[in-house]
Amino acid sequence: MLGGWLNQIVQGVLLGGLYATFAMGLSLSVGIMRFVNIAHGDLIVLVSFLILTLTTTLGLSPLAAVLVTLPITFFGGYLLQRLLLQRVLGKGVLPIILVTFGLSIIVQNGLLGTYGADTRKVAGGSFETATLMLGGGVNVGVLPLTIFLSAIAMVVVLDFVLYRTRLGARIRAVSDDVAAADLIGLPSARIYATAMGIVGVTIAISAGFMSIWTNFDPTSGPSRLLVAFEAVVLGGLGSLWGTLAGGIIIGIAQVVGAQVDAAWQLLAGHLVFLAIFMLRPEGLFPKY
Amino acid sequence: MKASTGAFAIWCGRLALFAGAAVLVAAPWLFRVTDIALLTEFLSLLTIAVMWNLVAGYADIVSVGQHAFVGIGAYAFFGFAVIARIDPFLAIPLAALVALLFAIPVMAIIFRLRAAYLAVGSWVVAETLMLAAGKLSAFGGGSGISMPVSVVRIFGAHPAERYATIYWIAFAVAALSLVSTWLLMRSRIGLGLTAIRDDEQGAGVVGVNLSGLRILCFLWAAPFLGLAGAVITLQKLRVAPPASFSIIDWTVYVIFIVVIGGIGSFEGPIIGTVIFFLIRSYLSEIGVWHFIILGVLSIAVVLVEPRGLWGLVRRFLPEDVIPITRRPPLPGRPTEQASRPAESIAHE
Repeated sequence: MLGGWLNQIVQGVLLGGLYATFAMGLSLSVGIMRFVNIAHGDLIVLVSFLILTLTTTLGLSPLAAVLVTLPITFFGGYLLQRLLLQRVLGKGVLPIILVTFGLSIIVQNGLLGTYGADTRKVAGGSFETATLMLGGGVNVGVLPLTIFLSAIAMVVVLDFVLYRTRLGARIRAVSDDVAAADLIGLPSARIYATAMGIVGVTIAISAGFMSIWTNFDPTSGPSRLLVAFEAVVLGGLGSLWGTLAGGIIIGIAQVVGAQVDAAWQLLAGHLVFLAIFMLRPEGLFPKY
Repeated sequence: MKASTGAFAIWCGRLALFAGAAVLVAAPWLFRVTDIALLTEFLSLLTIAVMWNLVAGYADIVSVGQHAFVGIGAYAFFGFAVIARIDPFLAIPLAALVALLFAIPVMAIIFRLRAAYLAVGSWVVAETLMLAAGKLSAFGGGSGISMPVSVVRIFGAHPAERYATIYWIAFAVAALSLVSTWLLMRSRIGLGLTAIRDDEQGAGVVGVNLSGLRILCFLWAAPFLGLAGAVITLQKLRVAPPASFSIIDWTVYVIFIVVIGGIGSFEGPIIGTVIFFLIRSYLSEIGVWHFIILGVLSIAVVLVEPRGLWGLVRRFLPEDVIPITRRPPLPGRPTEQASRPAESIAHE
């Protein structure tokens, strides 16, 4: 019995790793550009469909497909920021919410029109089903473990980029005070766009993981956005390690909730989020 | 444009508004049952749009979760009318009351989030409430439940009669929400709201009670959304979590309506709802593309003219067609202090 519960917790932690990869890009855009991209989940689903197309029509392996999409999503994010989001940044909350909201509906319905409403999944081969028996009733799938370790690697790399590199210093400067950054000659629009390009890269990685681990359809975006948002808020705005912790909390809540009754999975995640949020609205590891 | 032409245009606009209202009053005698059903839907959506505009356009609470209150109203109405067997006509105002009661804890949660995060936060709350509604076995759980014939017949023995009754209820709800919100906007409170819309910090500096007005607007909107939920349940004759709490119908469409029509104006939601029904009736055959057109249109509006179509028209007009601001007093005459701020801080 104890082993059963332990196993559930382990599965929840691993699911949290996937959620953390969804949330990583959102955490960056919230921390740097101070806005919540309502289309974040839909962009993850959009890239998942791109990966699906690459694997089915070109016969690429999922890993190769993700590698192909990385530059596409980097420039996609760069251009999205440069051509659209930058125009409404700093004009208050309403315009940026409305623009990303409109974008979300466009992406969802564009996918519906192109791919239809069917539920899809990318085939991951034997990798997908391989399991490690750890004893004591605890089984760990190789794929979820890979995703979890990748989530940790993403936090380490992003933390390094933000706090140990010249680019990171520039991004933080623009994020702290865009007027002062402009004054000392930083190209703030280009720096914001580069940051959004990095967000695009995280979107491609999370889309790759999501498309082989879970089913998705064109309307899956909002549920990914909500989970990512919950992880970001629980972790504390701007803290990447906090975002990982937040993802793990939501993951455990969902798996344990599903254990009680399969229909409780999503509701349990939301309720745990709301409860912790009411007790600690600033999040677990707030940075600002 | 010359002043006389402008005044002429204003009166044309008011005439059109009265003509529209007159058609709506005469509608049960003018139109067929299918048109009456469409007009009922129009009035419900208009009510919801007016309320989202009040909350997001004036009080700056950019909520993406207002569909929760429509769903709560729908479920409360069903609960009172079908499960508790209360007179259905009494169940409608009770549904509004329940929506108001739910608004208090929802507000306590989402007002803790700063503006940018409030949008998704309100969505999380709405999603939670929808999932919770799916756990109510008396309401048919996740798949929902239809209204029993005995209750439906109270609203009219024949379909035609029933549609007319429901239409009048929807008309009363829309009229009540428009007139009372108009009176609110004409009051001292409305002046404060206009000031918040134009410049939040400035409004705070001249003594507008920002948080008080936010709370008022949020609580003002909830019962009207609950009433709309009751009307919608009467029209659909059933409750179900995804339909009663539909984010597409009661939030996505509504945001497009208000943004395209003109956010932060009283005319905007009305124009937007009319345009939306025109787009939908002519473009619904193209399926998902009408969503894409609405999405592109709303992004274009935000980039080009954030005050929407009405903002575009209003540039050429000397005053509002539905007057909510008063003319500033003539210079040199002593005046009540409170009637000035909105005009003087309108320009940043």
